[in-house]
Amino acid sequence: MSRILAVIKKEFLQMRRDRLTLGIVFALPLVQLLLFGYAIQTEVKHISTVVFDQSLSPESRDLTDSFTASGYFDVTSTANSYTAVTRMIDSGQAKVGIIYPPDFAENLKKGVPAQVQVVVDASDNMVASQAVAVANSIGLIKSQQVLFQRARLQSAPYDVRVRPWYNPDGITAYYMVPAILGIIVTMTMVMMTSVAIVRERERGTLEQLIVTPLKSYELMIGKVAPSIVLGYAQITVALLVGALVFRVPIRGSLLQLYLLTLFFITASLGLGVLISNIAKTQMQAMQMSFFVLLPSILLSGFMFPREAMPKVIYYIGAVIPLTYYLQIIRGIVLKGIGFPYLIGQVTALLIFSAIFMGIAILKFQKKIA
Amino acid sequence: MSLSGDDQAVSTRNLTRKFGSFTAVDQVTMDIGRGEICGFLGPNGAGKTTTIRMLCGILAPTSGSGSVLGYDIFRESEQIKKHLGYMSQKFSLYEDLSVRENLDFYSALYEIPGRDRSGRIAEMVAMAGLAGRERELVANLSGGWKQRLALGCAIVARPSIIFLDEPTSGVSPTSRRHFFNIIQGLANQGITVIVATHFMDEAERCGKIAFISNGRLLALDSPDRLKATALDGWLVELEVAGGVNRIGDIEALPYVRECSLHGPLLHVLLESESRMASLEGFIGVAPRPITPSLEDVFIALAKRSRVAAGTDGV
Repeated sequence: MSRILAVIKKEFLQMRRDRLTLGIVFALPLVQLLLFGYAIQTEVKHISTVVFDQSLSPESRDLTDSFTASGYFDVTSTANSYTAVTRMIDSGQAKVGIIYPPDFAENLKKGVPAQVQVVVDASDNMVASQAVAVANSIGLIKSQQVLFQRARLQSAPYDVRVRPWYNPDGITAYYMVPAILGIIVTMTMVMMTSVAIVRERERGTLEQLIVTPLKSYELMIGKVAPSIVLGYAQITVALLVGALVFRVPIRGSLLQLYLLTLFFITASLGLGVLISNIAKTQMQAMQMSFFVLLPSILLSGFMFPREAMPKVIYYIGAVIPLTYYLQIIRGIVLKGIGFPYLIGQVTALLIFSAIFMGIAILKFQKKIA
Repeated sequence: MSLSGDDQAVSTRNLTRKFGSFTAVDQVTMDIGRGEICGFLGPNGAGKTTTIRMLCGILAPTSGSGSVLGYDIFRESEQIKKHLGYMSQKFSLYEDLSVRENLDFYSALYEIPGRDRSGRIAEMVAMAGLAGRERELVANLSGGWKQRLALGCAIVARPSIIFLDEPTSGVSPTSRRHFFNIIQGLANQGITVIVATHFMDEAERCGKIAFISNGRLLALDSPDRLKATALDGWLVELEVAGGVNRIGDIEALPYVRECSLHGPLLHVLLESESRMASLEGFIGVAPRPITPSLEDVFIALAKRSRVAAGTDGV
């Protein structure tokens, strides 16, 4: 025990001297949250739109107004030929083109389907799907109004009422901030620990430690324990920014969040220790960390919903600790649920921690070769 | 498995370590008594470091057996570690910690009781000549101080045996001498010191020398005995003008075993003392009998081992 404490004390002393790393550890959650929190908006509004109106009628203007009133489309220019529309979308000046044929108003009056063409730049998937969905529903709503008038109806036959729970206003930050917190913690933990042991090996101090009575598990615990403290410090900073800047409501128990986070930290640390046992140089350790972190970001459900992934990829996501932590933190912060609903996720993180740490301690034998 | 009892600090039998097809240490059998300074002497890559690492229990031998302080190096390496001090050629200190913090850390690892600790650390600081500089970061120390501090960290727990792997590489001659005085002081206290070196002057100060070349132990004895016995013949010194040009002539003589240039002088190894007169007759200068240096001994031993192995190119 006293040897573990000695290693912990030494680690803290070294940490304190390494101002740059320490600065990064605290600045990371701050900067990343502000950047990501503001920049990542999955809801795309104000899409630049070009209108080519050959009808020039009150009806066509009315429909165009409906598009702008939705908030999704900003009519930034008008065109007077089909090629002009093409040019604007090709050049990126507009993402959406609305084209009214000359007979638009007449058809509408006659009761013949009045065609409107909406061209969407689908090279950006996010923008396209949003534009397509909104354009379609505008079409439907406008048709509905006309049909109501003709049929003299007061209300629609179906009354579907959708209630988005937990985040009724669909605020992206609520969804993103807890997830970013997970990313930041796993990133810091994996990188810091993976480099920590390799650095000792590179500088020759590991050889010196191996000839002392220090046992491998004592070294591992001593190396890892200070990082846990650091991880919690990061989470606190991130939660404060989330709550104060983005007004993310923390609906569940903060105590539970802190307790359950421990298993995520240990799983990340275990991964870092494992990497440090395989890597020969600090450079290799860094590269391996990136190799591990990128799938975490892409496949955990942070960026893209896992439900949409092919089965194989879905299962790869199931062996990533972040996947489970995202469910835990979104669950506690947004849904206000607690441990009883999260037993599965916590068990998964515990298993990860045990496997990573176990392999790392077994692999790290007190031998040079 | 008792080898040669507890009276030996180090005892090995046919200790061997292979790295793939390369044999770094080849069937080394040796006994080193307690309280001795034993120098491992040999060129780079001879197998000195590998031998030391095996004895410290941080590298597993391929075959053979060995014990340190009576503990088996295979099975009881953790026991050995409590009683040994080790210093590698890299002075493995934490550069971002202060002198005092480095010593603190190692005292804690060896679990030196709290009441002894500050006294012990002060002792090490004094030994390293770092009194008053305890708060300085190691990164700011120069070679000699780093070296003595590394030694301090290695011996803060008062080990019974110390392994020093080329501890004086890269420090000034003054620091080297100072360092060796410290080592001699430790040996006087009864601590066994094993020191790898390739400096002959350091080897001269060892109680015993193990000559290691190509992974094999060529000889293990005191410097004086080695000088007296390792050479097969009678060594003389000649002061001849243009000596270099005469080496060929002298070596061609039937009673001359070897002739080499040492500065302005020639060292000639004769068959026996009685040949001195013949040499004087041939060269016209009186040869002076000399005690061989360790370098002479090493050259002769290495040559003999090459001849025995049949790999001597000449």
